[in-house]
Amino acid sequence: MKVNSPLQVYKYLPQTNCGECGETTCMAFASRLIDRSMKLEDCPPLLTDEFKEKYMELESLLAPEIREVIIGTGEHAKAIGGDDVLYRHQLTFFNPTKFAYDVGDTMPEAELVERVNKIQNFRKFYVGNFLNLDMVAVRCVSGDASKFAVAVKKVSETTELPLILCSFDPAVLKAGLEAVKDKNPLIYAATGDNWGDVAELALEYKVPVVLFSPDLDKLRSLAVTFIEMGIKDLVLDPGTYPQGNQLKGTFDRFIQIRRAGIKEGQKEIAFPLMAVPMNTYLVYDEPVTASYWETVLASVFTVRYGDIMILHSLEPYALLPEVHIRDTIYTDPRTPVKVEPGVFEVGAPAKDSPVIVTTNFALTYYTVESDLSSNKIDCYIAAVDTDGIGVEAAVAGGQLTAARIKETFDKAGFDFAEKTSHGALILPGLSARLQGDVEDVTGLKVLIGPPDSGRIPGWMEKSWPPKAK
Amino acid sequence: MTKKIKLSELGSLFGDLDVKALEGVKIEGDVELDLGQVGLNPQMAYALGHETTQIALHLMNISRILGYPVDRMPGSSTTATAPKRLSRLIDSKFSVGRIEEWKNPIQEVVLGATSSDGGTRKSTITLGGENALPYYFDSPMPHRNHITMDVFDMPISMAKAVKSNYEDVMESPAEWAKKVVRDFGADMVTIHLISTDPNIKDTSPAEAAKTVEEVLQAVDVPIVIGGSGNPEKDPEVLEKAAEVAEGERCLLASASLNLDYARIAEAAKKYNHVVLSWTQLEINAQKELNRKLMKQCGVARENIVMDPTTAALGYGLDYAYTNMERIRLAGLSGDQELNFPMSSGTTNAWGARESWMVSSPLKEDSDWGPREYRGPIWEIVTGLTLSLAGNDLFMMMHPTAVQVLKEITRTLYGSKENEHVDISNWVSAVV
Repeated sequence: MKVNSPLQVYKYLPQTNCGECGETTCMAFASRLIDRSMKLEDCPPLLTDEFKEKYMELESLLAPEIREVIIGTGEHAKAIGGDDVLYRHQLTFFNPTKFAYDVGDTMPEAELVERVNKIQNFRKFYVGNFLNLDMVAVRCVSGDASKFAVAVKKVSETTELPLILCSFDPAVLKAGLEAVKDKNPLIYAATGDNWGDVAELALEYKVPVVLFSPDLDKLRSLAVTFIEMGIKDLVLDPGTYPQGNQLKGTFDRFIQIRRAGIKEGQKEIAFPLMAVPMNTYLVYDEPVTASYWETVLASVFTVRYGDIMILHSLEPYALLPEVHIRDTIYTDPRTPVKVEPGVFEVGAPAKDSPVIVTTNFALTYYTVESDLSSNKIDCYIAAVDTDGIGVEAAVAGGQLTAARIKETFDKAGFDFAEKTSHGALILPGLSARLQGDVEDVTGLKVLIGPPDSGRIPGWMEKSWPPKAK
Repeated sequence: MTKKIKLSELGSLFGDLDVKALEGVKIEGDVELDLGQVGLNPQMAYALGHETTQIALHLMNISRILGYPVDRMPGSSTTATAPKRLSRLIDSKFSVGRIEEWKNPIQEVVLGATSSDGGTRKSTITLGGENALPYYFDSPMPHRNHITMDVFDMPISMAKAVKSNYEDVMESPAEWAKKVVRDFGADMVTIHLISTDPNIKDTSPAEAAKTVEEVLQAVDVPIVIGGSGNPEKDPEVLEKAAEVAEGERCLLASASLNLDYARIAEAAKKYNHVVLSWTQLEINAQKELNRKLMKQCGVARENIVMDPTTAALGYGLDYAYTNMERIRLAGLSGDQELNFPMSSGTTNAWGARESWMVSSPLKEDSDWGPREYRGPIWEIVTGLTLSLAGNDLFMMMHPTAVQVLKEITRTLYGSKENEHVDISNWVSAVV
């Protein structure tokens, strides 16, 4: 965005402190606009006739440095781009990298459908949500426009996920577009050779389009030309090479383009970036090696500025690290890392239910909580205030101590004699060394749980209820 | 959720071209519309999607009647007129500047000492010296990343995929050390003296020091000496170890704010070693400890490496990554208390359940597949992510993870040539 202080934004606001946006002052609202936690539309007075001009000006001032491009339609649409910073701690990154997995138009229909289902059905539970995959990239391997159209149609009948149509042949792309006219797919790609025809398609079908060239002068030429023609929903693919110095060149280009867009405000090149990690399959024949290297490339370009990518491997050992590294980079660093300390109920705990101690590090807490609730274990969880540090590090660093554990129960008014029939608590396996201290300080029976809460169900079978002393 | 729109609220609708704002819209009142009179703004129509196109058309018409400048709305200015056709690409040159703020190089630190410098190592390793973020075109990295592999002074429990590589050497730290250098290409060896923990075996510092001597004799690469993590015991263990390894420029792991760091600093100074300054994901604590090591304990700048803590992928790597990136950016931009090379306990990746559990404990998850492939890639991605944040030295465990991390970091460093690969037709490749 073109402004960086609330004061600059404030000038354009009604300055009445009416509170309709939910903030008490216009200045507070201005700060929320700067950190992008609220939108202009949250200010009703600004949307009236009186403020029309100021609204327009503000909108252009607040527009993100990297253009946001929408792929797909309706509730299945996905946004890419929209970033304002080069490092996540400076604000946060917006619109997590979208992962598209490929299918080829030469695949037998049943296989194609199975693969698309695998893509759309993948899910991994994480901190209260499921991590998913985003899109399907249909590649024209056959070189045959009608075959391609059939495959595109079949994919679109199988899934609501947005599509990327991949071919360098404009006739093939056109056939694909005809098959999914109203779905706003992304088309891949315009090059120095076919750009005129692909531009026609982008205009005719009103779809976003990828520009492909590892030569950055050429890539910029393409972008400038498309902008001039009135096509603004662009995605840039500066070429993803799978290995060696060529890969290093790719890395350089991602950084150069993004720096030009964000730090230098070069609008002509401030578009979302596409990486193609599946190019590792061009050089590695052995499937595990190719998949590993694909995940390595996906990780590099998730960290460094890839906004959308095309991948191949659907092996869990590829998908799990991929969805997690994306979450790592796109998690908003401004949101609290801790949960409120206290004693919480899972399910409907009774007097013989276990009391399980963990830390108030959000990730630890949610992991333990989901393991227990998913396995239908009624219990109490005590989230000890460890300043949001995980178990192992908090034991080493002195934030998880017997005193703090006692304090957690005291503050919550949790009386073991009243709430439990066993007078016992369970420490995380990684804090086993605190057992004696906790016994001394609390006077309770202290059991040592497993080092990973995923093993609590098995542990319960063996060790719960506690044997009488 | 259905939102009813009054004519007076149209402005707010058009302020937001986002599809969501128009979903489920109902128009109240009987406004007569002449659909034939006005063309639909195509940009608008596609942004709204098929289902809402009709509504959009209505609304645009109304807003025109009311005098809203529909055709001049952001993002639609050029689409109102017929698109321009061009017959030639417009010439353009790409250029981008370097980052001027990066003018403070990262400290160079040498680990290991050869006979000419009073040690017995065959070669040394230099960390640091960077003038830019890792692998950036602004300034080439002077030294590549290095990997030190873990060796323990007693058999420990570890993930099955890791253990299968070490079962034959677990009883002998010297053999273990030889194996990681000879078979797995470790640049260095870390000997973890975990048996010294009073809660484990309470091995005496003198006994532990013997293990260090054995490892030094077994391999000729530089070594890291790690304690047990027990804050009371570590200072005396590291002190004794430092003494028997005098002159070898080992990395002593670690000095931290919750133990007697001054004793470790003193041992490093007296016997010519390097101090690992370890803090927990907190940039200000890292500054404080580095400052204390330098100002209060008199450790020279060239004898400090930092470990700002590594959390595994999915288990706090976001904090570890950003903490390291901030530290490195601060160092490059002039912070003399933060411009030191960094080390990562990448082995922590094996703490993530995804790396070692047979299957997901949650029934709702998709299949996790075979764990023998999940573990190494978890360690790789954890290390790789931190390498991009500026980490120099990696403490690792699995041979495959070591091999792949080495390959990718050397590739980005620029020392991997390759045969030219043509990607221009990747779209039609048969995979």
